[in-house]
Amino acid sequence: MALQTLDIQRRSATTTPSPDVRQNLQTIEVAKLIDVSKCIGCKACQSACMEWNDVRDEIGVNVGVYDNPPDLTADSWTVMRFSEVEVEKDKLEWLIRKDGCMHCADPGCLKACPSPGAIIQYSNGIVDFQEEHCIGCGYCIAGCPFNVPRISKKDNKAYKCTLCSDRVGVGMEPACVKSCPTGALVFGSKEDMIGHATGRIVDLKERGYANAGLYDPQGVGGTHVMYVLQHADQPELYHGLPKNPSISVMVSLWKGVTKPLMSLGLGFVALAGFFHFIKVGPSKEDESEHESEPH
Amino acid sequence: MLNKTRLVARYTAGERMNHWFVAMTFILLALSGLALFHPFFFFLTNLFGGGPWTRILHPFIGVVMFVSFLSLVVKFWSNNFITRADLEWQKHLGEILANTATDLPEVGKYNIGQKYLFWALVVIIPTLVLTGFVIWRPYFAAFFPIPVIRVAVLVHSVAAFIAISAIIVHIYAAIWTSGSIRAMTRGTVSAAWAKHHHAAWYKKVTEENKL
Repeated sequence: MALQTLDIQRRSATTTPSPDVRQNLQTIEVAKLIDVSKCIGCKACQSACMEWNDVRDEIGVNVGVYDNPPDLTADSWTVMRFSEVEVEKDKLEWLIRKDGCMHCADPGCLKACPSPGAIIQYSNGIVDFQEEHCIGCGYCIAGCPFNVPRISKKDNKAYKCTLCSDRVGVGMEPACVKSCPTGALVFGSKEDMIGHATGRIVDLKERGYANAGLYDPQGVGGTHVMYVLQHADQPELYHGLPKNPSISVMVSLWKGVTKPLMSLGLGFVALAGFFHFIKVGPSKEDESEHESEPH
Repeated sequence: MLNKTRLVARYTAGERMNHWFVAMTFILLALSGLALFHPFFFFLTNLFGGGPWTRILHPFIGVVMFVSFLSLVVKFWSNNFITRADLEWQKHLGEILANTATDLPEVGKYNIGQKYLFWALVVIIPTLVLTGFVIWRPYFAAFFPIPVIRVAVLVHSVAAFIAISAIIVHIYAAIWTSGSIRAMTRGTVSAAWAKHHHAAWYKKVTEENKL
C-alpha cells in the first residue's frame, strides 16, 4: 500500500523519475535478518503473517515433510522450508529457512512488470505489489530470481510478502518479527542488521561453523531480507537458496535492450515507408500499358 | 470515361474475407501486445477495456488468428515458391524502390518480397503461438519451468517485432504500389497493373481464360 507517495523510489513500467524532493533526507534502508541458526521451525511467523495480512490459505494435506503449506502461494506469503542435510558425514543437520520475498535492491519482478505502478520500491528498500494495478500477466514470476510471486487463482493478481510495509510505515516491525519467540527474526536498519549479523557470525564460527556467514547477495544489489547461514558457502543446502542470484539474462535482454530498441525500430520502419513515398512517389504502371476494352 | 479499364480477377471473395479477418486479428494482437511490451504503449490497454482485459483477450485473439492464418496459408502456399526469375528480379531491388526499373524479369502471382513476407509469417506466427502458450496465464504458464518461460517471453517479443515490422512493410507496399489495394477489396486489378507488376501471372491467367 502506498502510504507515502514521496517515499516511492521506483515504480514498474515507468520511464520517468519518481518524486524526488526528499532525496536529501535519505530514508533509512531497512532489513529483516533471519538467523537460520536460531530458528526452531515453530511457524509462529507464518501464523502472524496470516493474522496481520488477513489471508487464509486452503487447508492442505500432509505431503510427508514439515513444510506446511508445501509451497508459497498467493495466500501464504512466507513458508518454513525444512532441509535435512549431512554437511559432515553422519552428522544430521536440520536447516530451517523462512522463505519469502527477499526485497531485492534491484528487483527482477519490478523490472519485468508491464503495468505502470503495479510494483513499487520504497526508499526504505521494501518492494511492494499494488494489486489494484496488477493485470495478472505473471511477468513478475519470470523476473524474480527467487521464485517468490504467486498469482491468485481467485482474482488473478500477484501476491507476495510486503515486509509489512503498512506496519513499517508507522514505525512498527513486521508481524513475523514481532511473533518470533527465539529472536531468529530481527528487524531494523540494514546497517544495524549487518552489524547484528556480524556478531552472530563470530559466535557461530566459535561454535564450529567455520563457513558461517551473511546472505546478502550482491547480484541483485543486496537484499532487504538477509539470512545468517551456518553454511554460507553452500546456500543451496537451504532448500535451494541460489548461490549467486541475479536477474536472468533473458529478462535483462527482454526488458533492457529489446524493449526500447524494438519500439524505436517499429517507428523507424513506419517512418522509412512514409519518407520513401514522399521521395519517390507511387509505383505505377505506364499509361501505355493500359488497354481499353472494345466498345 | 468512354473506355472501361479491363480487369483481371486476383482474389476470390473467400480469399479476401480470410485475408481481412487475419488482418483485423493481427492489428488487435499488435496493439494489445505492444501495450504489454513497453510502457510507452501501455495506454493502448484502454482500447481493450484496461490492463487485465488486454491480458485476457490477447491470447484468445491469437488462437483465432492462428486458425484463420492457417487457412490463408493453404490458399496461398502454392504460389509462394521462390523461382530463379524471382532471384533475378531481386537484383533490381534498388531500381524498383527508386521507381526507375525497366526490363524486369517477369514475375508470377507474387514477387519475391511478397514471398519473403509469406514465409516469414509461416515461421513467425507458429513461433508466436508456441511461445504464447508457454506464457499464457492463468491457463498454461504454470505447466512450464520459469527458465523456459523467460526464453519464451523473449522469443515472443522478438518474433512479434519481426512480424509487426514485416506487416508495416506489407501495408506500405500495398499503398505504394498504386492499384494494389483493390485486389484485396474488390478482388480485381487492372490488366495494366497485372502486366506491369506480375507479367508471368498475367500471361498465365489470360491464357487460361482463352481455353
